[in-house]
Amino acid sequence: MKLNKTAVGWLNVTPLLAIMVPFFIMPIIVVAIASIMQTDGFGGMFMDPTLENYTYVFQSALTYRLYFETIKFAALTLIFSAFIGFWVAYFLVFHVRSKLLAMGLFLICTVPFWTSNIIRMISWIPLLGKEGLINQALMAMGFIDAPLEFLLYSDFAVVVAYVHQLTIFMIVPIFNSMARIDKRVVEAALDAGASKFDIMRYIILPMSKSGIALGAIFVVSIVMGDFFVVKVMSGGGTASVVGAFYEDIGVLQYPSAAASAIVLTILVMLMVALILRVVDIRKEITQ
Amino acid sequence: MGTGNGDIELAGVTKSYDGETFAVDGINLKIPDGAYCCLLGPSGCGKSTILRMIAGHEDPTHGEILIGGEDVVGLDPVERRTAMMFQSYALFPHLSVRDNIAFALRVRGLSKAERNAKADAMIEKVHLTEFANRLPSQLSGGQQQRVALARAAITEPRVLLLDEPLSALDEHLRIKMRAELSRMQRDLGITFIHVTHTQMEAIALADMVVVMDQGKIRQSGPAREVYAEPKNRYVAEFIGGQNVISGKVSYINGTRATMAGATYSNIEIPLANGKRLEDGQSLDIAIRRDDIDLVRAGGDLPDGSTSVEGAITGVEYQGTFVKVMMEAAGEEEFVAYVPERRFFEESLSIGDRVLAIWQIDHAHLLA
Repeated sequence: MKLNKTAVGWLNVTPLLAIMVPFFIMPIIVVAIASIMQTDGFGGMFMDPTLENYTYVFQSALTYRLYFETIKFAALTLIFSAFIGFWVAYFLVFHVRSKLLAMGLFLICTVPFWTSNIIRMISWIPLLGKEGLINQALMAMGFIDAPLEFLLYSDFAVVVAYVHQLTIFMIVPIFNSMARIDKRVVEAALDAGASKFDIMRYIILPMSKSGIALGAIFVVSIVMGDFFVVKVMSGGGTASVVGAFYEDIGVLQYPSAAASAIVLTILVMLMVALILRVVDIRKEITQ
Repeated sequence: MGTGNGDIELAGVTKSYDGETFAVDGINLKIPDGAYCCLLGPSGCGKSTILRMIAGHEDPTHGEILIGGEDVVGLDPVERRTAMMFQSYALFPHLSVRDNIAFALRVRGLSKAERNAKADAMIEKVHLTEFANRLPSQLSGGQQQRVALARAAITEPRVLLLDEPLSALDEHLRIKMRAELSRMQRDLGITFIHVTHTQMEAIALADMVVVMDQGKIRQSGPAREVYAEPKNRYVAEFIGGQNVISGKVSYINGTRATMAGATYSNIEIPLANGKRLEDGQSLDIAIRRDDIDLVRAGGDLPDGSTSVEGAITGVEYQGTFVKVMMEAAGEEEFVAYVPERRFFEESLSIGDRVLAIWQIDHAHLLA
């Protein structure tokens, strides 16, 4: 049997479709439909198309406050994880001479991921708490008289937990794009009289851009879609966008939760589009 | 033109990475200002290491490197006023042709207008004006090479160092770009040091060829001298174009000597340039492949010539000449380059027994 070209093409994309349609496209359609339905207040929903759920989301001052908080966390996490990720990758690629050692150190970076997210996050509590290691140590050394309150159950703690969880998502793509920089290119820059700083800003930074952008996509979309870290590490003092849907679902307000979810999805897509506008990842990778 | 001070002297230069083996082993070399010098040798012979030490990308373990009479060891490339063209060019992949070429000016703090004006003048010189805004990946191999050359030349160095500049190109382009390199060197009037493992490239380009092996210089001199008068078996075989025959001196009669080997007994050799020979001494001689004439076995020897007999094992037509491979004088490969017309007059074919004849004076005694 000979298949025509179109059939072969469809056959090739079938495995991808088999995953994307039921696990990605269908749920989004379901949520989108739910977002224009109405609730009877007891968990039941009926179809009577309305945009009320959306007007409610956009009219609520809470929405804007939550987005502000969440975007703030995303931005802070992005800045710190990009900074740390860049230098870790830089060290591994340009300062560790032995390839084997570099790979070993790279694997060590992933060790924290051998345990669950939640345990990793909770482990910060005995460290940062009022009676925690850091406060005790600082007090024992006489730097402070009273424990530092901002260490735990604060924005600080939330950012620490996010950076801890997500820096690896920066290290991996930045490491990857740096590893592709030909060492002779760096040497050529030296030969042309470039200082270390020149090499950093004219060669290494621009050539790592695609890695930073990929990492940024991971970090931003994960932080925007997370509520658990904020809930635990802020001690309930701060809410998040997704945290609010969670509350909605808790009180059986499925349509408004769905509308909020759609709004968030669109916002995150816009953010990713913005990142891709700044760095043309496809072009950078094929170069 | 000629900027002066581009003469280079290496004195006792040694490089060892592990303290035991030497990548470069006690090199002494003088390269005059404005010369086109080729460092020639197989991979791993230390030629690239020498280049990198002159460029300032590596420091010698011992010895001095002088450029324009000044010891440059420890100075960075800019202070040396050298520029390097890297193997496979190492162009900045994220920068346009113009920005690649202007890079050295950018890090020297020139304003954008100034550096672009200079870069554009250089771009015109290498005929890349219409490609100025392209990225290196959008250029052909030959164009990339021109960008690399322009990028290296823009700082007006006194020495330009080229690491296997033609190896990334295909055969046809290689010959074209070779001529371009030579033209560029004459235009700039500065010292070029060119590392290669291709002997044809070296002898076609260089005023001075340095043949290297295992970190040592085996012979250095003008291309013709290295080609026609190799000092030793290694150089003769590496440069090619020579048949090398080993044997022992069997008889000396004042102006001539006779050499014998395992499979032949009567090759006459000249007693040239005051070399003292003794009876029974082991000896290598080289005869240029194009100095050899072939006649059928049993033919006459012209006056002043000598011969070995052998069987033809292969024939390759090369256009202007025919490459005839033989088994003779106990050598695995004994080759004659016979002029095309002459070969077809004789109508020789594989398996024929022939005499390879040459003028006794054309043989060259190796050390």
